[in-house]
Amino acid sequence: MDEDAGSMERIFKSGAGAIVTKSIGLKPRDGYPNPTVVELEYGILNAMGLPNPGIKEFKDEIKHLKKSNVPVIGSIFGSNTDEFVELGKKMQSYGTDALELNMSCPHAKGYGLEIGSDPTLVREITSKVKESTKIPVFVKISPNLTNIVEIAKSAEKGNADAIVAINTVKAMKIDLELKMPVLSNKIGGYSGKAIKPIGVRCVYDISKNVNIPVIGVGGITTGEDALEYIMAGASAVQIGSGVYYRGVDIFKKVCNEMESWMKNHGYNNLPELIGVSHI
Amino acid sequence: MNCPKIVKIIKIKAEAPEIKTFTFQYPGKMIAGQFFMIWIPGVDEIPMGVSYIDRDVKGITFRRVGDATKALYNLKQGDKIGVRGPYGNGFQIKGKRILFVGGGTGIAMLAPAVEKAMSKNIPSDVILGVKNKDELFFEKRLKKCGSKVHVSTDDGSKGYNGFATDLAMALIITGKFTSVLTCGPEIMMKKLLDLSDNISFQASLERYMKCGIGICGQCCVGKGLRVCKDGPVFDGKTLKKVEEFGVYKRDASGRKIRF
Repeated sequence: MDEDAGSMERIFKSGAGAIVTKSIGLKPRDGYPNPTVVELEYGILNAMGLPNPGIKEFKDEIKHLKKSNVPVIGSIFGSNTDEFVELGKKMQSYGTDALELNMSCPHAKGYGLEIGSDPTLVREITSKVKESTKIPVFVKISPNLTNIVEIAKSAEKGNADAIVAINTVKAMKIDLELKMPVLSNKIGGYSGKAIKPIGVRCVYDISKNVNIPVIGVGGITTGEDALEYIMAGASAVQIGSGVYYRGVDIFKKVCNEMESWMKNHGYNNLPELIGVSHI
Repeated sequence: MNCPKIVKIIKIKAEAPEIKTFTFQYPGKMIAGQFFMIWIPGVDEIPMGVSYIDRDVKGITFRRVGDATKALYNLKQGDKIGVRGPYGNGFQIKGKRILFVGGGTGIAMLAPAVEKAMSKNIPSDVILGVKNKDELFFEKRLKKCGSKVHVSTDDGSKGYNGFATDLAMALIITGKFTSVLTCGPEIMMKKLLDLSDNISFQASLERYMKCGIGICGQCCVGKGLRVCKDGPVFDGKTLKKVEEFGVYKRDASGRKIRF
């Protein structure tokens, strides 16, 4: 629920501190045919295929949203440095408060992970976007890598202001009756409860090895999940699939649960807990 | 689990040229106005309102319009489709006398709601609005359940000559009806909303859908109302605040398409 101004406003009113938009590219994209989303036993599998109305048309949504002062992080995806730079500049001119570079979508040919698995490219794209914009730049990276720490460090060397980890985990569902994958794209990305331990591990490893903040994401549905990410080293967290498990007001619920855990354990300052699990 | 369940088409009925009903085994409770995501393997998965509700068997009725419904239309008895759902909220059947207005294939998902009203002893009138008499279906079915059926055709080939909304206006001003329930083209439903100022109103909306379970945001209208989860049936009070109602929808990419 992050493609139109009305939805983002509703999410903000439900207690989110900021909204990350759907990833926006230069041109409109329909994404893949359905099925694009299915629920599995422990998580949600999707291959949307980066559907978006294109950066030009997205201007209206951001302008509309900024009227109500909702902090917006503009997510963008490109196939090369120039595209990222152009998208970043446009998003900034629309009034977004920060940028998130999608270098981790696991199922779109020529985009996302195909770029985000190359340390040199990650550094180059990040630094060029940084040079051409003034707002903070976050780099969202994938768990589908053996060198996730190296990629995070490349983003840091490119002057990223924060790392966002993780995107979905590559996965597949096959239907036994039809003997074929359910998603039209066959391969998708797994999110939701099942991937929380994967995300926590990635955030732990990344935050130990970089000196910029990490934003944790992956399978958070409760305040305790969020605190686990914070203790792993995250300075903030994102929630997506959790909206399915607990409804649109999950943001308020998670905040309340975090507060009550902290109160019960004698904490009144969240930053005290960031990375406390590191030895 | 919101993953397609594979079912065999047990019966196919031709309702009118280009319009068919498929029935399949799908046990469980369901409310008129709710919908399924129907997977035509290898082609697409599309939302479709339920047109027959039985304890074990459910049905869908559709017109051959796009690639997905074309492929669906060509399937034979015994062929397999994927079904997930039911999704959405459905109609609330209440009031002293209901006016149902179905436009085109909107009639399909309205039919079980009419039957429900009659079974609850709520007298009901139904307007079946179609372009011409060849597109008419469910007339017998709805007469059989005891509702008063009015047919309107745009070309005058059967029943009232003109738009369903004109016929609806004539009925609404009699003051007999306490509510209007509708499904059909959005411009028609918008006109009906304007005509139903002093009586309760419910309309079932159609939008391009992807997840069907309220997370992807593809079908959102107004201030983040998910047609798949918060709808597809919305009341008049809600719709008056949805600025795009009757004005535009969004395509698969999220771009606005004016009606």
